[in-house]
Amino acid sequence: MTVETLRAQGLEAGYGRVQVLWGAGLALRERETVVLLGANGAGKTTLLKVLIGLIDPWGGEVRFRGEDITHRRTDRRVRSGLAYMSETGCFPGLSIEENIRIGGQFTPAAELRRRMDELFAVFPAIAKRRKALASSLSGGERKMLGIAKALAGSPRLLLMDEPSAGLSPLYVKEVIHVLARFRGEGLSLLIAEQNVRFLELADRVYTLEGGHIGFEGTVTAMHENDALRRAYFGLK
Amino acid sequence: MSPERAPLLRVEALVKRFGGFRALDGVSFHVLPGEILGLVGPNGSGKTTCINVITGLYGPDDGAVQFEGRPTGGLASHRLVHRGINRTFQVPKPFLTLTVRENVEVAAAHGRRMGDGLDLDELLASLELDPYAAKPAAELNSVQQKMLDLARALATRPRLLCIDELAAGLNPAELERVAARLRALARSGMALLVVEHLMGFIDQVTDRVVVLNAGKEIFEGTLADAVRDARVVEVFLGAEHDG
Repeated sequence: MTVETLRAQGLEAGYGRVQVLWGAGLALRERETVVLLGANGAGKTTLLKVLIGLIDPWGGEVRFRGEDITHRRTDRRVRSGLAYMSETGCFPGLSIEENIRIGGQFTPAAELRRRMDELFAVFPAIAKRRKALASSLSGGERKMLGIAKALAGSPRLLLMDEPSAGLSPLYVKEVIHVLARFRGEGLSLLIAEQNVRFLELADRVYTLEGGHIGFEGTVTAMHENDALRRAYFGLK
Repeated sequence: MSPERAPLLRVEALVKRFGGFRALDGVSFHVLPGEILGLVGPNGSGKTTCINVITGLYGPDDGAVQFEGRPTGGLASHRLVHRGINRTFQVPKPFLTLTVRENVEVAAAHGRRMGDGLDLDELLASLELDPYAAKPAAELNSVQQKMLDLARALATRPRLLCIDELAAGLNPAELERVAARLRALARSGMALLVVEHLMGFIDQVTDRVVVLNAGKEIFEGTLADAVRDARVVEVFLGAEHDG
């Protein structure tokens, strides 16, 4: 039996006196892609930040490949194979290449060079200007850089916060295509998204409602649930 | 063309360079009063730069911008706000320690002539911000911050409102409410220039679209025609069978 990639249970977290997560939990197997749905304010970003260690939870537990990492520092989680792509995604004051190097800072140099070539081939728009500051990129190009930076360290599990927001339809397709390819190499994905196209990639779906998990199931089960389809994707 | 349908905004052969990079390479289009024009195109095609020049954040390197028949290229943003042009930002930056209401009050106080009756409560309610009016802006989630950014722009009573990716990150229910709100603004006579990637939203909101690629317009017309245009499909939409 394979060890689960990620298991989180009973997570409680918030900001000051405002509690956002109320006992949220989820699990992912190796090579699995899970889409996390939820209205704005439901706690998706907070949940991802707890999983990567940017927010210390008040209660509950996070296990990564069997190990308890609930209160482990973010850099140590990254070393062990977790990666996170925030909504904003990159360091504007560094060059494009420096940003990607930061994403791959724990990767051996030769492997990182190969990985960078591979990522630049996927995103020619940023490859052309690899020495330029990230601040010179457009909003959507920064998003591409954020994705490349997150993938540079060859993570086992990538947590993504709205990768499609701000990307043109063509790039949304390319991002889905590249994620599918990396998944084939063993990457697990947890993606907070509103874009219906990402369901093409998903094995399972969770909905986050008021800080706890509402629905959990396969994409097929989600499609068969009229209320969910309407609420989260506006599909008839 | 009847006089009241003369363009409110006219952009002619606009050029904006950053070093050797031509972000805008001779863009031309116009916006009519009460019209919602969609400005779409691939990432990096110059959409935000275009809004930044129209709203005075950047001066143009060449070409012209005319608002209500008068040249505005190179005027500072605050002067353009007084003339009737305002905008929202991709990444809103409210005053985090001020309350939601105070944020809008700052815009109202500096952005328009004193004494023209603005109902702040009504404005906040129309954007579903009234429950948070007394809270610091730091407590808003990302969508509420976008609505606050819109409220600040509307508080200055623009006749041309430029909207930069307001829909990104909104769920379908939120999208529908925002679309209805933008349509209502246009019905009241306001012209809108809307930068957006979500095709469903563009379809719901815009009367006409201009498609940019590499700093030039490559299409102007209805969205229905745009999606059948070979160049637009190639650079912006992507063919259905690939990816």
